[in-house]
Amino acid sequence: MDFQVVVLAGGTSKNLVPLVSKEVPKALLPVGNRPVISYVLELLELSNLKDLIVVVEGQDAAVRVGSWISGAYVDRLHVEVAAVPEDVGTAGALRAIAHHLTAKDILVVSGDIVSDVPLGAVAAAHRRHDAVVTAMLCSAPVSGPSESGSSVGKDKAKKPGRYNIIGLDPTKQFLVYIATGAELEKDIRIQKSILRAVGQMEIRSDLMDAHLYAFKRSVLHEVLDQKDTFQSLKQDVLPYLVRCQLSSEVLLNGAPQTEENGNEKASSQNNQLMLSQILANSSTPSFHELYALGPNVSTPVRRTHKCCVYIAGKSKYCVRLNSIQAFSDINRDVIGDASHLSGYSFSPQNNIIHPSAELGSKTTVGPHCMLGEGSQMGDKCSVKRSVIGRHCRIGSNVKVVNSVVMNHVTIGDGCSIQNSIICSNVQLQDRVVLKDCQVGAGFVVTAGSECKGEALAKKEK
Amino acid sequence: MGTQKKGASRGSEDPVELACVPLQAILLADSFTTKFRPITLERPKVLLPLVNVPMINYTLAWLESAGVEEVFVFCCAHSKQVIDYLESSEWFSQPNFTVTTIESHNSVSAGDALRLIYERNVINGDFVLISGDTVSNMSLTQVLQEHKERRKKDSNAVMTVVIKRSKPSQITHQSRLGTDELFMAIDPNTKQLLYYEDKADHAKGSIYLDKLLLADNPSITLHNDKQDCYIDICSPEVLSLFTDNFDYQHLRRHFLKGLLVDDIMGYKIFTHEIHSSYAARIDNFRSYDTISKDIIQRWTYPLVPDVKFFGNSSIKLERQGMYRASEIGQSRSAQIGPFTVIGSGTKIGNTTEISNSVIGEGCSIGSNVSIEGSYIWDNVTIEDGCKLRHAIVCDGVIVKSGAVLEPGVVLSFKVVVGQQFIVPSYSKVSLLQQPTKQDSDEELEYADNSSGIAEISSITHTVDKLNGEITNRPFETQCWPTSELGTGGAGYVWSICEGGHDEEWRHSVAPIPADKLSEAVQAADDDLELTQDGRSLPPSGELKPDSNDSEYDDDGESRDDSIYFEKEVEATFLRAVHENITVDHVILEVNSLRLSYNKVAADCAGGLFYSLMKLALETPHDSASELVQATTNVLAKWKKLLKYYLAEIDEEIEVILKLEEICESTKEFAPVFDKILYQLYDLEVIQEEAILRWDDEKKDADESDKFFVKQAEKFIQWLREASEEEEEEDDEE
Repeated sequence: MDFQVVVLAGGTSKNLVPLVSKEVPKALLPVGNRPVISYVLELLELSNLKDLIVVVEGQDAAVRVGSWISGAYVDRLHVEVAAVPEDVGTAGALRAIAHHLTAKDILVVSGDIVSDVPLGAVAAAHRRHDAVVTAMLCSAPVSGPSESGSSVGKDKAKKPGRYNIIGLDPTKQFLVYIATGAELEKDIRIQKSILRAVGQMEIRSDLMDAHLYAFKRSVLHEVLDQKDTFQSLKQDVLPYLVRCQLSSEVLLNGAPQTEENGNEKASSQNNQLMLSQILANSSTPSFHELYALGPNVSTPVRRTHKCCVYIAGKSKYCVRLNSIQAFSDINRDVIGDASHLSGYSFSPQNNIIHPSAELGSKTTVGPHCMLGEGSQMGDKCSVKRSVIGRHCRIGSNVKVVNSVVMNHVTIGDGCSIQNSIICSNVQLQDRVVLKDCQVGAGFVVTAGSECKGEALAKKEK
Repeated sequence: MGTQKKGASRGSEDPVELACVPLQAILLADSFTTKFRPITLERPKVLLPLVNVPMINYTLAWLESAGVEEVFVFCCAHSKQVIDYLESSEWFSQPNFTVTTIESHNSVSAGDALRLIYERNVINGDFVLISGDTVSNMSLTQVLQEHKERRKKDSNAVMTVVIKRSKPSQITHQSRLGTDELFMAIDPNTKQLLYYEDKADHAKGSIYLDKLLLADNPSITLHNDKQDCYIDICSPEVLSLFTDNFDYQHLRRHFLKGLLVDDIMGYKIFTHEIHSSYAARIDNFRSYDTISKDIIQRWTYPLVPDVKFFGNSSIKLERQGMYRASEIGQSRSAQIGPFTVIGSGTKIGNTTEISNSVIGEGCSIGSNVSIEGSYIWDNVTIEDGCKLRHAIVCDGVIVKSGAVLEPGVVLSFKVVVGQQFIVPSYSKVSLLQQPTKQDSDEELEYADNSSGIAEISSITHTVDKLNGEITNRPFETQCWPTSELGTGGAGYVWSICEGGHDEEWRHSVAPIPADKLSEAVQAADDDLELTQDGRSLPPSGELKPDSNDSEYDDDGESRDDSIYFEKEVEATFLRAVHENITVDHVILEVNSLRLSYNKVAADCAGGLFYSLMKLALETPHDSASELVQATTNVLAKWKKLLKYYLAEIDEEIEVILKLEEICESTKEFAPVFDKILYQLYDLEVIQEEAILRWDDEKKDADESDKFFVKQAEKFIQWLREASEEEEEEDDEE
């Protein structure tokens, strides 16, 4: 296979404290009772992309992720796990493993994506246009979770940093402008030269860079080598490639690589070749080729490269687990609206209760719920739109609504848990009331406490 | 008034009635530019022949065919000529089509024209706004309907602009219509116009869109591939808007952009794109050329030479797009090429070749003449052996034998070109002197005759220069002073103005020379590179807090700012001195300045101190000691004011630095630096701590910087000792 896949699994992201810890790196956070990285791995497997490098920040985390993957996918995928130092950024991570990359094209996937977009289609779009980079775009979440969770909905809407402003050519195949991060706060600034080349540009604010890219390896190598200040793929490398697509520097300096690529741009000194290629491809040439030719065929050819996009359909699911809010949303969606992603088969009541789970009398588990292996619940409990992990012990008269309870959690009698996340090995004593809380691993909540909107965790030693 | 009432009452009735309001149009028979000079000095632009028919006829014929019932022709430049022409034409006697002229002599812009029309109170519904140099065959039905429907939903939708697709890129814009490239942002769903930039600033390689635009619309499209047809459907509010905003002059530059940036009133402008029909405006010589060719090639059907509309005589289309009137005298050996129009009564001599040109009526063209891509109007005489390339030749011109017109030449009325003379490319020749008063492009088409004649002397020297350059061949001085057109020639060659020589090719009839074209391409490329390497769009990774570009901007701005700020402070202070304003009021004024310029107290202190010193310097004095005395007086008088801004030590140090600066630049103050410093200390304007800290700061400075420190050494020494003593005393206690 000539696509090599890099899964950037991250380390222990600060955004997700207290959910992540040294024991549970981000990649292993449970979504529907299995690690989030498994969603990406299975998506890749579906597209028959089986040659993977999983990059993890931090040695410890790498070991943990590695051991889990080798246990789960031993005979299905060919996975190498590489550890990189923390805080090197996405570009830094790729730079660190650059010598492992050998295939012609590289697919870079973020390890926290939960999606059903066919990755093969992204790769195909990349190949079809012989692009330098292809980015996948998906519809930006409208604002807040689709249903319920009204109280947290507000502060999510205030986070514009996650969104992008994206400029597309009229055919919606090429990326001609992208603004991320701090640029979003400023006025939109568009180079006239590229506008002249495309003629018409559609600027969208309802699309989001899903952090899934296909790169041409030679170009990726070159950019990482030469721009050693670049830290992030999303904020540095992609905008850079988009910006200089009409006066390509990357191919200019990369004579040896371009030869080996053997594409038409490498030998672009020869107009005739280019022309004949355009004519041969009876389809209309892209604006890059027209621009490269210049107004009359006798002028020297300009170097261009193409930045493509693959826009996921509106019905496709594509969310990144990069905030606590996203964690709850994804867990809810996986057992709710996007249940096909979970890989489980739902009962007629639209929920999943492991056969080994034990339920007390008069305990109800509503639709869109999941109850893991070996968990026990006492009498008169009620569970709604929640995920409960493995081997949890839940007392009587417990209410769990819109929450995620991880593994080995003990919940005492009369507890009420709403919109909260309870990590593994937590102990909730009797009559604890939690609303909009996150409880870190191993924490003990004393009997009768009431918490609202708090993050509870053990003090780091 | 009566009509207005009628319109209003009808408007309130049902929509069927509404449709009965006669459709009105305002036709501006003045472009308010000078692009067609020198021709427009003698004849208004709308009466210039376009493929042998005055331009205004194309516009009027289209308005009539599009269902407009009442046209107001606004005449300004050469209004008499326009009105006379319309009176002699058949336009006043058409059924269901009223043409009314509105005359004005003091309008200098479209804005003035519309304000005048508003005062006349003749428009009572939606109207078409067009200038008299527009050629179109589009149907108004759809755009009017769209406009009306939008109006029903949203009364703020005041205007619909007609646009047309053209190829992108600056180069094609340039080569087709000679206009600047146009950037527009349009909402793809509602077609609302969100951004418009036509006077492309070539120095700027990028476009800025307000980020709020995207807050309202999830997507917008940005276009470089559209051309503005300058046909607008307007609601009556447009006229009142012009009246309200008396500074609106230009339709696009002021009105349209004004509405786009004004988010208080919330007026909206929409676009309507035409696809198959034709619409274009003759803005300059290049678009004159392009549109003439479009007419000959029948893009404007039915407004083509062989279809009779107004003011053209019968002419027949032959093969290869050749149009010939019936009565022409053409030699058998003359070759008339494709896409050529020849008017009636024209005689063409032996072995003459004409291609891609328009020849008017009653011309006589000799033998062995070669004419290519030229526009020759009526009653022109071209003698044997002349060569004309891409020239415009007006009525009554005589080109004597063997003369050559190089590409881009414009010969105005009745000019005579001498024998064997070569008119260099892009020359503009007229019998009238070039007016030297060149204000702006907003001015009228015709020049004030007085100003034109008065300035002969300035022209003659350019004339001499041109003579020297052009002609090494012998020429004899004739009674006509302007022998700059060769033997027997008549006319002044206008020196190139406004924008200089390199701009000429942009708007000329001549095709753009290859080198200019490649230059333009290069310019576009440079643009690109500029944005690549330049700090303007920092390569990411260097996108650190607020990036370096804003820093740069700040620098430049703040420097300017400080200068203005100091000037303002000084002016305020001087006013206070002369008008005896109390200190409290001065403080108030300076504070408001400080806020508006975003300065700190130290800046105010520095500025005020500078003004004080200046005042002291201006008081008459004979010796240095008198100067010190004057300074002391001024300081003592305004101490309170200065002290107000000296709350902190840093600000006091600022004053010392300022004093240093002043002493450096004014030689009177230089020798008395230490004395003034002492006075400042003595008057308790500055504390000793400030002086000592200033001294400390200066320790590491260059020797050259220490000049004043050394001068004040003694004083500082004394201060130090005094303070040490004090400390000792403190210790003893």
